[in-house]
Amino acid sequence: MEQLGGNLVIDVQQLTKRYGPIVAVNNVSFRVEPGQILGFLGPNGAGKTTTMRVLTGYIPPTNGRAIVAGFDVFEQAVEAKRRTGYLPETPPLYPEMTVREYLTFVARINAIGSNQRRQRVDLAMDRTSIGDMANRHCGKLSKGYRQRVGLAQAILHNPDVLILDEPTAGLDPKQIIETRELIKGLAGDHTIILSTHILPEVAQTCERVVIINKGCVVAEDTPINLTNRLKGSETIYLEIDTGGADPTAGLEAVPGVTRIASGTDNGGEWSFDIESAEGTDVRRELVHAVVSKGWGLLEMRPVRLSLEEIFLQLTTEEDEQPDERQLSTEGGTEKVEPVEATDA
Amino acid sequence: MRNVLAIAQKELQQYFVSPIAYVVVGLFAVLFGYFYVASLSILLQVSMQAGMFGMGGGPQAVNINEFMVRPLLSNTAVILLFFLPFLTARAYAEEKRSGTIELLMTSPLTDLQIILGKFLGVLTLFAVMLGVTTIHMGILFWYGEPELGPILTGYLGLGLMGASFISVGLLVSSATRNQIVAGVITFAVLLLFWVMSWMADSTGPTMRSALTYLSILEHFDDFSKGIIDTKHVVYYLSFITFGIFLTAKSVDSERWRG
Repeated sequence: MEQLGGNLVIDVQQLTKRYGPIVAVNNVSFRVEPGQILGFLGPNGAGKTTTMRVLTGYIPPTNGRAIVAGFDVFEQAVEAKRRTGYLPETPPLYPEMTVREYLTFVARINAIGSNQRRQRVDLAMDRTSIGDMANRHCGKLSKGYRQRVGLAQAILHNPDVLILDEPTAGLDPKQIIETRELIKGLAGDHTIILSTHILPEVAQTCERVVIINKGCVVAEDTPINLTNRLKGSETIYLEIDTGGADPTAGLEAVPGVTRIASGTDNGGEWSFDIESAEGTDVRRELVHAVVSKGWGLLEMRPVRLSLEEIFLQLTTEEDEQPDERQLSTEGGTEKVEPVEATDA
Repeated sequence: MRNVLAIAQKELQQYFVSPIAYVVVGLFAVLFGYFYVASLSILLQVSMQAGMFGMGGGPQAVNINEFMVRPLLSNTAVILLFFLPFLTARAYAEEKRSGTIELLMTSPLTDLQIILGKFLGVLTLFAVMLGVTTIHMGILFWYGEPELGPILTGYLGLGLMGASFISVGLLVSSATRNQIVAGVITFAVLLLFWVMSWMADSTGPTMRSALTYLSILEHFDDFSKGIIDTKHVVYYLSFITFGIFLTAKSVDSERWRG
């Protein structure tokens, strides 16, 4: 069978999925390099699940195509599915089966020979630490265990590509950490896409982030690059009345201030974004400087640009000035930049 | 084939760990037992009457096949008409509702393997149902001398008819996520096929032969008389094949609609 691209690569090319008049996924392109973990980020209803369902061959795309583990998910569906492990949003468990029966069934339909089945099932249960639930019925499991059985099902046949739809949903904090460690441990041998709306999760687990909203990719970058725009500085918005004089130099002299951005003069009333090193608070010094120079303090408030805020901006206000909100340096929903491995 | 068996076994397992299999097989046995006893009493009556109108005074031996087995098998067909829709209703509807369909359809299986697996699973449970009734038939052989041939062809007919019911049930179940809806529609469709020939006499000659041909019941008659007519075998086999084909189409169209 003809293989397209590398063994582990996930390549999504101009993927569109329409449900009648509703466009669920609109011209989405991205690429995941072998062994990487890609975080798929977006609010509920953004098209994350739809994209993942196309990647796993559950639904066909309306336009465009997706290549998973070297096979087109639509044209060579069975080959692609053989190499894909998938954890859907709701773990697909049969309530009346025990965990072991269930995983054995999954092993069977993934063509794992009867001599290997037991060992693979044990390994998967071990990795997801559900061994003590082996003989419990799936329907009687707690949410956290259901999630982990779903994960065990996804990794059971040692697939090249793992597609995980909110793998940590419903887990308690300890399990979340364990699951993240497990997922990180799987990277390298496996290429992984995981979707989430929990931002710190992306920062901690993923090497690359795709932010999707209303079916479109709005940003694609490493989490480091995304957070670097925000971290490393605290920003304070300051508005003062100097009666006309340019206060920039005076403010730069304030101890702790690292950068002054966007000073605007509005008839003697100046406004600034003043940055200082992370963890420092220069508000007292600023006030002191303003007062001692005899300027009028009109407004001062901290500007907290967090990953959450970037995310919210990207995903809620994209109507106005969409170009400025493209975080991707290549600036595009269509253009996919080559991905470099980062040691995140 | 391995995949088909895996699915079939999973289906059976689900029937047997849930109460479904026990309720269905158990109540089927009860109803079959009732019809068995009823047919037996009719047989006795016939035998007594034959004795009275015949030569001697005592009851006469009458044809067990003609007076007991045939009506019994026809009644069994009616029981199946009521029971099989309940078995097939869950086949797809439940997987859709619980989301497990996503597991099956993202596993390296073809649609046809899944359908055939489910078909085989229900068919096996159906075979268990029929298997229970062989005990009753055995008793007939213990006390009387029925002909084996018509009984075997009767079972073949029941099997083919049941398989046809199952293919309709799968088709309907694949188009809904509600088990009750699936069961009711299946039953209604089967009932329509069942009574289709009733209208035949009041229509024109072309329509009459068409309706008669489509009627599930008409094709069963010969089997219960001990005749295997290829015409009827072909009818049932094409019915089953068409049902499975439409199920595959339905699964595929559900996939596109998402």
